[in-house]
Amino acid sequence: MALERTRHVAERTLLTMDEAGLSDFYRLMLLIRQFEERVAEMYSRGKITGFCHLYAGEEAVAVGAIRALYDKDYVISTYREHGHCLAKGVSPRTVMAELFGKATGVSGGRGGSMHLFDAGLRFMGGYAIVGGGLPLAVGLGLSIVYKEEPEVVCCFFGDGALPQGAFHESLNLASLWKLPVVFICENNFYGMGTMVQHAICREELYKFAESYKMPGVRVDGMDVLEVHGAALEAVARAREGDGPSLIEAVTYRYRGHSMSDPAEYRPRREERIWLERDPIKSLRRRMLNEKRGDENRLLELEKEVAAVIDDAVAFAEQSPEPPLSELTKHVYVD
Amino acid sequence: MAVISYREALNQALREEFDRDERIFIMGEEVGNFGGAFKVTDGLLAAYGAKRVRDTPISELAITGAGVGAAMGGLRPIVELMTINFALLAMDQIVNHAAKMRYMFGGNVRVPLVIRAPQGAGHQLGAQHSQSLEAYFLHCPGLRVAVPATPADAKGLLKSALRQDDPLIFLEHESLYGVKGDVPEGEYLVPLGKSNLLREGKDVTLISYSKCVYDCLQAAEVLENEGIDSELIDLRTLNPLDLGPVVESIKKTGKAVLVYEGWKTGGAGAEVAARIYEAVFDHLDAPIQRVATADAPIAYNARLEHAALPSPAEVVRAVERLV
Repeated sequence: MALERTRHVAERTLLTMDEAGLSDFYRLMLLIRQFEERVAEMYSRGKITGFCHLYAGEEAVAVGAIRALYDKDYVISTYREHGHCLAKGVSPRTVMAELFGKATGVSGGRGGSMHLFDAGLRFMGGYAIVGGGLPLAVGLGLSIVYKEEPEVVCCFFGDGALPQGAFHESLNLASLWKLPVVFICENNFYGMGTMVQHAICREELYKFAESYKMPGVRVDGMDVLEVHGAALEAVARAREGDGPSLIEAVTYRYRGHSMSDPAEYRPRREERIWLERDPIKSLRRRMLNEKRGDENRLLELEKEVAAVIDDAVAFAEQSPEPPLSELTKHVYVD
Repeated sequence: MAVISYREALNQALREEFDRDERIFIMGEEVGNFGGAFKVTDGLLAAYGAKRVRDTPISELAITGAGVGAAMGGLRPIVELMTINFALLAMDQIVNHAAKMRYMFGGNVRVPLVIRAPQGAGHQLGAQHSQSLEAYFLHCPGLRVAVPATPADAKGLLKSALRQDDPLIFLEHESLYGVKGDVPEGEYLVPLGKSNLLREGKDVTLISYSKCVYDCLQAAEVLENEGIDSELIDLRTLNPLDLGPVVESIKKTGKAVLVYEGWKTGGAGAEVAARIYEAVFDHLDAPIQRVATADAPIAYNARLEHAALPSPAEVVRAVERLV
């Protein structure tokens, strides 16, 4: 799909959305951004430890795509999944508590930043093996077809997953069996510190879709409406029984690979260019320019979100640690 | 009770469980049209259709991961890996995903996946098609491991495997598919984690599983002629591991020989030996003996292959060292 077409999709999406819808996108992206900023702060204060990969900068991808889903649709994610998890509706309280390693966390403190999970909300997990989630998405897709249910699976992964065998095996299988899976590649140009062009034999990642006989599209991952428009099309196609799609969302992570990475391999000029394209500020500007939002209302939203994050941190702080007596609980179903 | 083969017993278990639970399906390379590389799924495609008997391409990682995902989605998948050697291509999904998910997600998910695979040597298939890898799975918390020796256990354990909720590796031995034995018709369950006293004796305890159980039975007959009375325990499953009868037996005999087809170093027998030492050291009259596969890849040459594997003669020699 040519870029003009996806721009057109974005324009059309904007036209079809009401002010409440746009405010919802704005609020959710802001929630993720503020959540991540607070996570960084808590990390530097030693409240959060271990590996921690922030999603700041990429919010438009999670929000645009997940808002194209119904509640009962599934999401599979990676270790950079705080944004996907929050967008799927999981409470900031229980996500923050998980990052703090507390018993009240979504995974009872056993998972941490990289292994969030909520079966009830069909957030089917963050996985810390690059490409590991794709076969799981295929299996969930298979279970949907098997049970003749109407759901779809939205599977997020990074550009770093493309050279993995799991990517190629999974796309082949999903296409062969016409499974309702939307594969979303978040291309942020770097797999840890290695640039895409040093890792993958072609730079246009969406073109891998051709090999697997499915539609492939590249979207501006800094534009929530463009992501949303493409996701709506792919989700509709999956739900109709027409099989999987691949969306390449071109985006940028504002921070390093993880909290321990200062991203010195990236030119500062490059970072500035992407910061200017910030998805949250862009949407805000657009809503105000096109009279699709009220500044006072947006300021209120910003205050509300800040309060939600404060509450999440307080909840996490006050929550108990998991008891040592449960060290081996849940290794098996008993 | 009918006399049928290990292969037929597995096929029967699959049919009975397919009839009982609509959520059960099988997928794997050649399970449908071909009827299974070892014919375990023979006739299932005709009986249950392509939805429940799904042929797959050669993509062990994705097939296994799809099994994990389908289990998360509420189904009870069986993934057949053509042989256990190919499980190594799927280890990420087995060890990093299936085995971990329940724990790392705080008990909020179940992965009732059964992975069936034949393993074992004895057919001159060379180094890459002759391995016994049960120890790899035994090592990993979160996985159940079944290693049936008899046709009845093959049926009863597979049926139990399909009624529990943890990922389970079901290891069949390639040399056992044609072995015949009494198998109860209809509903017959062998519980996981219950070892089986196959032969009573007072002089020495032989502990084994899968194909080596037959090596032990032969050895026990030879030893009987020498006036040595062997007790034989078939572990049946390595996880859960039921060492109760083993411990009781050693209290009586004071001597133990472990017989298994995995490599000797770091094999399942090493774990069992360590647990025996921890539990009943004071009852042992002699060091525990291990009869296992030589620490080398399996050679194609028949004599080399035979020499690498445990045999009744080696079991006899091990017992003779003890008494």
